[in-house]
Amino acid sequence: MAGFLIRRLVNYLVLTVVATSLAYMLAASALDPRANYQGRNPPLPPAVIDARLDELNLNNKTPLMERYVTWASGVIHGDFGKTWQGESVNEDLKRRAGVTFRLIIIGLFFGSFLGVAVGAYAAVKQYGWFDRLSTMGSFFILSIPVFVLANVLILLGVWFNGVVGTQIVYVSGEYSAGFEGGFFASLLDRIQHLILPTLSLALPLIAVFSRYQRNMMLDVLGADFIRTAVAKGMTRRAALTKHALRTALIPAATYFAFTFGSLLVGATITEKIFGWHGLGEQLINSINTNDVNTVAAIAFLTALSVLFASLLSDLLTAALDPRVRVS
Amino acid sequence: MSIAEEEMAELAESPKAPSRLRVVAQRFFRMRQGQIGFVLLALMFVLAFFGPLLGHWSYTDKDFNAFLQPPSGTHWWGTTQTGADVYAITLRGMQKSLIVGLLVGVISTAIAAVVGAFAGYFLGWTDRILMWIVSLLLVLPSFLILAIMSPLFADGAWVLFVVMLALFMWMITSRIIRGMTVSLKEREFIRAAEFMGVSSSKIIFRHIIPNMSSLLIVDATLNVGAAILSETTLSYFGFGIQPPDVSLGSLIADGAKTATYAPWTFWFGAAVLVVLVLAVNLIGDSLRDAFDPTSRRRA
Repeated sequence: MAGFLIRRLVNYLVLTVVATSLAYMLAASALDPRANYQGRNPPLPPAVIDARLDELNLNNKTPLMERYVTWASGVIHGDFGKTWQGESVNEDLKRRAGVTFRLIIIGLFFGSFLGVAVGAYAAVKQYGWFDRLSTMGSFFILSIPVFVLANVLILLGVWFNGVVGTQIVYVSGEYSAGFEGGFFASLLDRIQHLILPTLSLALPLIAVFSRYQRNMMLDVLGADFIRTAVAKGMTRRAALTKHALRTALIPAATYFAFTFGSLLVGATITEKIFGWHGLGEQLINSINTNDVNTVAAIAFLTALSVLFASLLSDLLTAALDPRVRVS
Repeated sequence: MSIAEEEMAELAESPKAPSRLRVVAQRFFRMRQGQIGFVLLALMFVLAFFGPLLGHWSYTDKDFNAFLQPPSGTHWWGTTQTGADVYAITLRGMQKSLIVGLLVGVISTAIAAVVGAFAGYFLGWTDRILMWIVSLLLVLPSFLILAIMSPLFADGAWVLFVVMLALFMWMITSRIIRGMTVSLKEREFIRAAEFMGVSSSKIIFRHIIPNMSSLLIVDATLNVGAAILSETTLSYFGFGIQPPDVSLGSLIADGAKTATYAPWTFWFGAAVLVVLVLAVNLIGDSLRDAFDPTSRRRA
């Protein structure tokens, strides 16, 4: 088991290094930081621009490999370089990572738990009204792109606030600027800001997981070991939760790693639309401002978190499935 | 192409027996969701490609007498902030999104079939290298890579965008196909072909890939839906289809800014996009059931 995990870990690390390097080279050759300085009025002399770009390791006149080596030796020491305005990428991203992390954890928590619960319940009550409703609902939600969903949620939120007459849900930001109040008041303020972004992140997850979990659960429900468990005197409820659900969760745990990538994209869209100052928002801004170092750092964080999710799903699978631990 | 030929060949050889194509088609059209999906998609196609003939405006026209006007007789779906006709630009966006989606769906499935079949047939180092590339592409954040490359998609280079989009969508399918190939290559007819001295690539393209046609058709359909979602998402942020051309994504991005006081700028595009993806998904799901009736009990 330990050997299996170490092999996976080494493989993941190599993949992260290659993926990040590729992302850096692509960003360094496709984006053009020089353009940020050229459009200035009064125009800057080319020598000044070159000096500035050299200082930031962004000069496209330097060979790509040379820039890459400079960048990579910084990254090995934990320094992701400077943004094109000359600020530290590390500082900026450290602040933003927390925002994204909070959003993703909350979305993931609600999305996966509710999804699994909805799917499992729908399978137990196959062809009942709940089953039909959840199948139709998830099918519909899966056809809505996240950016449409987020905008529709904003419109609904504005409409809802108008109907109720007070501000119940906020459609922008993580908390009200300059908000003064006790712990519970500011917690409530944060929750009011959280509702819509969490929905926009969690609804697609619920849809995906519920469909998946439903099919897995249906496969397991017909299995002999459930009938045996009930036959030897176990209550149906205990047999379902202890035996059926656990077995049916194994593929969902594997699937978790695959959904994580799309979850990150979902978080990017959600952050940008709801005005949360997280990594996703910065990714879009940094591509628009030709900020090579920030883009590469975010690519590194993305690859790392996808790999972390894969490792986590390996661990989950091992915890749920005894066969993995033995072999 | 080879799939259709295979079906035709079957048809010609045994005219009496019900062809698989007809059986599948019958099963497909007997399903309610298959019917709904097919009708919806057909309507969408007609609207996207014949609708512009009916309208009075082209997608490049600007009506300087009507900025942000609600739907009326002259502008059926209203106008945008710059005076563009929402009906005309939405249909233009639909065309683009449909074409991109179809191309990406077909290309990505073709890549998945070839890579998966080669990896599964040859195993050994071919398999190791190809599957390593698959894991690498799965780790690379596709949204980010495509967004970085977006400056290259300007000036009508949307074909490059299509290729790049397809390049990031085939990995999971190719893993499935690899697994199927590994078991398929032990079958007698593949063995027989090998012993008769048929070349490996011929076996792959003539015997292995056509044998997985049902999976590939279903997968191509579902990929079309996924491709439309990716394309519109990238275009929403300005990383996909570049102006002056329009996509449903870039239209919805513009519409969202004025949605609270001019709902027609947002809802028409959003509704068309959702219906489009819904129709494709319904068809894909029904096709899967039609090809594999045993899955019907579950789905």
